[in-house]
Amino acid sequence: MSRVNEQPRRASDRHGPFGPETEQGMKKSTAKKKTAKTSRSDFFILRLYIAGQTPNSMTAIANLKKICEEKLQGKYSIEVVDLLEKPQLAKGDQIIAIPTLVRRLPPPVKKIIGNLSKTESVIVGLDLQPAP
Amino acid sequence: MAQAKPKSKPTRTLLAKTPTGIQGLDEVTGGGLPKGRVSLVCGKAGCGKSLLAMQFLVNGAVRYGEPGVCMNFEETEEKLTANVASLGFDLRDLTRRKKLVIDYVFVERSQITEAGEYNLDGLFVRLAHAVKTIKAKRVVLDSVQALFAGIADTAILRSELQRLFRWLDEHNLTAIVTGEAGVDTLTRYGLEEYIADCVIALDHRVTEQISTRRLRIVKYRGTSHGTDEYPFLIDEDGISVVPITSLALTHKALTERVSTGIAKLDEMMEGKGFFRGSSVLVTGTAGTEKSSLAANFTRAACARGELCLYFTFEESPSQILRNMRSVGLDMERWVKKGLLHFNAMRPTSTGLEGHLAVIHRQISELRPKVVVIDPITNLISTSGSYDVKSMLVRLVDFLKVEQITSMFTNLTFAGDPQERTAAAVSSLMDTWIVLRDSKPNGRPRRELYVLKSRGMEHSRVVRELIVSKKGLDLGEVLSDHTVATHVAGQ
Repeated sequence: MSRVNEQPRRASDRHGPFGPETEQGMKKSTAKKKTAKTSRSDFFILRLYIAGQTPNSMTAIANLKKICEEKLQGKYSIEVVDLLEKPQLAKGDQIIAIPTLVRRLPPPVKKIIGNLSKTESVIVGLDLQPAP
Repeated sequence: MAQAKPKSKPTRTLLAKTPTGIQGLDEVTGGGLPKGRVSLVCGKAGCGKSLLAMQFLVNGAVRYGEPGVCMNFEETEEKLTANVASLGFDLRDLTRRKKLVIDYVFVERSQITEAGEYNLDGLFVRLAHAVKTIKAKRVVLDSVQALFAGIADTAILRSELQRLFRWLDEHNLTAIVTGEAGVDTLTRYGLEEYIADCVIALDHRVTEQISTRRLRIVKYRGTSHGTDEYPFLIDEDGISVVPITSLALTHKALTERVSTGIAKLDEMMEGKGFFRGSSVLVTGTAGTEKSSLAANFTRAACARGELCLYFTFEESPSQILRNMRSVGLDMERWVKKGLLHFNAMRPTSTGLEGHLAVIHRQISELRPKVVVIDPITNLISTSGSYDVKSMLVRLVDFLKVEQITSMFTNLTFAGDPQERTAAAVSSLMDTWIVLRDSKPNGRPRRELYVLKSRGMEHSRVVRELIVSKKGLDLGEVLSDHTVATHVAGQ
């Protein structure tokens, strides 16, 4: 497991599913560190599942970083999970395809499978509408 | 009996098999599923394919020391555990003891967007992890077609499934993949194209309000197998298949003789009675003491210390015991001693196949020396006559292979002594005893004669059957039936 972004990962993040309690707890803790311009609802917690350093996985990581930097600057965290190292984690998020990107926050949970080369599909899949 | 030529089975030694532990299925397949290969079990919803797969896993874990992994695409662990608990499978316990892993794989297309190239390594990782954790030897994928609902790119899915089946082969895992039946194909997504070694189709149909389940081996590479449909039963112990044992007529003909229970009837048969392991048909019109003759036969067997199994389709065991007491036959004694077992079934409670499956199971469990089925008339009435003979062939062959002496009673109707069913069945029987009523000079009496008895010089006379409080006996010789009766001439 390697962290790509420097966004701190809080204990509350690990407690899915995303009920109201979790939401509140997170609101409090992030408020300290985050500046006022980042409201809770548009902070993205993303997890990318790969299985070994395959070309598809590498492409997916690169594509994801690029998209996030363009669309979500400062409002996201990415966690990369290599299932070859942690196979037991595949079950929790019901991972079948590799690579799979899981949007854990904001709710609802969304999954995007593939190397994320179809940028438009990723943007639609993550609900990243350009600011009006 | 069509397959008179005994088949040699040289393939048996060449192809390693993994026993399923499912009664009958291992016999039908000559030892089980191909070891280290993928087998496909297909059929419509509710045909029992998931159950068969789970039984394969549980038996592997419990009886053969082979842990198993079930990747279930349809039911959660909790639901699956609850479903099979009624069959006495404790999945939770097996899971705790690391004999079993159940992984519920859930695919929800509405959650998933596809954006670029992917493969199904996630599924591989999960399976590999589970297999490694418990050192599994068996795998069940039930049922992979759910993936087709979740993954839009069927080209990727198909090639990945092929890769998955190859992976199972390479890892020497004996696997069952289940698939729902398609309209014109064995499975809806043509999974049979990828599985070359063994395909088993299950079927569940209802005819005349009686449901029957059947199993067919569609293909089994490298093994001779029956292509017939085998009836199977799902009961509190799971699936059991009624195998056709007439794969070869190889049963040994015994020369040992057993008493009929009536000394004078023994006399009519070279003074020795029936051959052990032979089948005896007793036909007669209503009230001709067919059951008494059968009961008398079992009593004699019990007295020799042989275990008897008595299937009754008309009367309850207590009714039979009471009736037999009235003709001087104390059967209760043998029931108490554990030598006589009754099994009462309603003829309409299940189809003929169901009855045969029950009979098979009981015989396999108790291993009796004598079996009575009283009467087969009712069995026949529940089924189309087309099936009857082949089913009875299986049963009679099975009894012969097990060297069980069997007696079948059959009700005939006055004026129609050689009734269709009796005629169909009689060719399977070694001995045929006919009982009938007659009223010479206005005095009613019961008569008995031996119509045929293979392999012996039997008497052809007609004698009176005397039933009294002292039991059954034969009276004086009345005539020679070959000249004097209306039966034998036809």
